[in-house]
Amino acid sequence: MAGPNGLRDVAIVGVGATDYYKRGESWPRTTTEMACEAILAACADAGLSVKDIDGFAYYSGAGAGYGEKMDTADFMETLGIDEVTFTASLTSGGGGAAGSIGLARAAIVSGDATVVVTVMALQQAKHRLGTVFAQAKPDPINSFLQPSGLAGPGHLMSVLARRHMHLYGTTRDAFCEIALAERENAQNRPKARFRGVPLTREDYFNARMIAEPLCLYDFCQETDGAVAVLTTSIERARDLRQKPVPVVAVAHGGRREWGRAFAWMGMPDEYFASAGNRPIARRLYQQAGLGPADIDVALLYDHFSPMVLMQLEDYGFCERGEGNDFVLAGNIRYSPDPKPGQVPVNTHGGQLSEAYIIGMTHIMEGVEQMRGTAINQVNGAEHALVTGGPASLPVSGLILGRDER
Amino acid sequence: MTALATALPGEKVHITTSPTTEPFWAAAKERRLVAPRCGRCGHFRLPPTPYCPDCQSREVDWVTLSGRGEVYSFAVVHGFPGLPDLTLVPVVVDLPDAPGARLVSNVVDIDPAEVTIGMALTVDFHPIADGWLLPVFRRAR
Repeated sequence: MAGPNGLRDVAIVGVGATDYYKRGESWPRTTTEMACEAILAACADAGLSVKDIDGFAYYSGAGAGYGEKMDTADFMETLGIDEVTFTASLTSGGGGAAGSIGLARAAIVSGDATVVVTVMALQQAKHRLGTVFAQAKPDPINSFLQPSGLAGPGHLMSVLARRHMHLYGTTRDAFCEIALAERENAQNRPKARFRGVPLTREDYFNARMIAEPLCLYDFCQETDGAVAVLTTSIERARDLRQKPVPVVAVAHGGRREWGRAFAWMGMPDEYFASAGNRPIARRLYQQAGLGPADIDVALLYDHFSPMVLMQLEDYGFCERGEGNDFVLAGNIRYSPDPKPGQVPVNTHGGQLSEAYIIGMTHIMEGVEQMRGTAINQVNGAEHALVTGGPASLPVSGLILGRDER
Repeated sequence: MTALATALPGEKVHITTSPTTEPFWAAAKERRLVAPRCGRCGHFRLPPTPYCPDCQSREVDWVTLSGRGEVYSFAVVHGFPGLPDLTLVPVVVDLPDAPGARLVSNVVDIDPAEVTIGMALTVDFHPIADGWLLPVFRRAR
């Protein structure tokens, strides 16, 4: 049960990542080898041996991207992990990214495992995710979607963005501002693909339209790489190398009105033009005893720029329908000392401009912000919000904090 | 003149059916647009599912619809893998005589710039692989 200051019974103690590659360029590395590099790096960061790992908490059905699979036995065989006492995954896709830390927590507070790793690795050498549905085999349910030519997730979300524009007068200027703000944040990020490649308003409005109203720069990158995160009990965390980053709140799930979301398109209006995260926001704030004004930095899953705007509304940084004006007022730009009402978003450059590891870079940035070691640090930040991808349920969210002991 | 929106070339479009969805496609083959309505509570649903989500009944009436629709939302898609010059208008269609059910389809034979949310549509049927017909939509005249 959550205390007055949130859950705080487990903490993230280690993070690790490979380099990030443009789609397909990580070959001849393999997803297993990249995942193992990330896991070993997370162990080194935490000051733990890889043999201390006894739990695996995946999301996306333990998929490596959406084409390959990860498998715990492979990791044990490869890394010499002796025994696991918990291995499980959240269902569906990237919506569970942040929520996977809750799965790790479940293992730890139940006593099933003590050191739990969450890992994602992906490589797009064989097929790219941007148009993944164009290659998908027909099945009885996707036969009601694929013939339309909505070839990838961004195509699907363009329809949600259009409805939001229709209902609330949202403009492409707001989507542009999200892309520009994140690109600016990536400029000093050592591993960012777009480090040193600024983006201008002119670039944005001259870009190729992929699925109107969305253009090239509204779509995230297609990346190869891996990221791993280690979670353990708060007591053990205090004996390790890094400052513990406690889990203050974490939730996954969602409502039937969102359901399969843009794979279904049956959502009632108030859900259709949203990111489906409002039920998660409610649970997180309740667990944490916090509200949106207490969030110092927001790491919002940004596969597509309009979904950032809709998450700002779902998480209550502004009212429904006011995302356009909130963004255009400069409220999501990085500042080391934001003013009240502002919330720096994706200070790491996000999936639009740093790397797309299906939500894992957002968790890593949340950890660095709480340690006080982020490259684009928000001074004195006490709470970081991390979200999973608006997609088929589950969607998820996570609030990280600082250890108050 | 702007390229008119089309559907995907029929030979590239493959569907499969299950016992739950097959009546929809069998009707389309006869150029009828149908939707499953719960036999107990009257709730419409698409895609077809084995239970009514409102009352959990398995009774279904397959209702032949008028073929009228309305644009709920849409995209203008430029290119498809292997078909870079294609222009598609994928559309989410409200069906006035099957309230609560929506179809994801295409608006065809229209300048994409003329498509608007709320535009009235009427169904047509587009030949696809294996002898099936795919419901698509045209602007209502």
